[in-house]
Amino acid sequence: MRVLTRRAALALGAGGAALTVVGWNSGASAAAKDAADQIAKFTGGKEATKAKVSIELPEIAENGNTVPLSFAVDAPMTADNYVSDVLVVADGNPNPGVATFHFTPLSGRAEAATRIRLATTQNIIVVAKTSKGEFLTGQKLVKVTIGGCGG
Amino acid sequence: MAEKPRLKLPKEAKKGDVIEIKTLMPHIMESGQRKDKDGKVIPRKIINKFVATFNGKPVFSADLDPAIAANPYLQFSAKVEESGTFKFTWTDDDGSVITAEEKITVA
Repeated sequence: MRVLTRRAALALGAGGAALTVVGWNSGASAAAKDAADQIAKFTGGKEATKAKVSIELPEIAENGNTVPLSFAVDAPMTADNYVSDVLVVADGNPNPGVATFHFTPLSGRAEAATRIRLATTQNIIVVAKTSKGEFLTGQKLVKVTIGGCGG
Repeated sequence: MAEKPRLKLPKEAKKGDVIEIKTLMPHIMESGQRKDKDGKVIPRKIINKFVATFNGKPVFSADLDPAIAANPYLQFSAKVEESGTFKFTWTDDDGSVITAEEKITVA
């Protein structure tokens, strides 16, 4: 067995320290995992193409209690090919689910706007499902100065 | 829930137009995250579903989570091919439902 050089031992120690720092942040990464789980459930594990989903959000949200959000999916809305569902998740909220929107060809365009609550700086992820079973996605980072979870 | 929703949509349109519809429903949207002054969690009470139909056919709907802000604002589009009536429905966690209707003339 090779003796640990001092350099290797230091690196191990630094790695250990880094791990504990990440551990302290586990609230945030737990929410991100919940968000990923929700997305996987929505897509059935299928890969979503990072394209055609535009998201409008302020870069900095002064009040996390009400943040305007809008999205649009650049895809056809014809009877045989249309966006049927859109999932919106917030990967830093205590519960990442924000809403699921359902569209039909009568929607005309797969777009919607609403106002959401954000607890902290985080990503908003939008995943769109088409009637052909394809998935499109986009995401945007929002910086939140005052969190909006009643805290 | 005995509030009146606010709606904004055109009264007339041309056949094939895609119109914009804006809705606002007064509602506290209690997220279930807040605590009262005694430290007890205030139970969740939100509007969890919104549905828009036109002449009985589904146009748009949304399943809402507590992350939707109070007085839920929902804006969406509708393609109109004929005159008729939009019907909007908001459903509360407690099962109560509020509906509103708007007619549109399409030429």
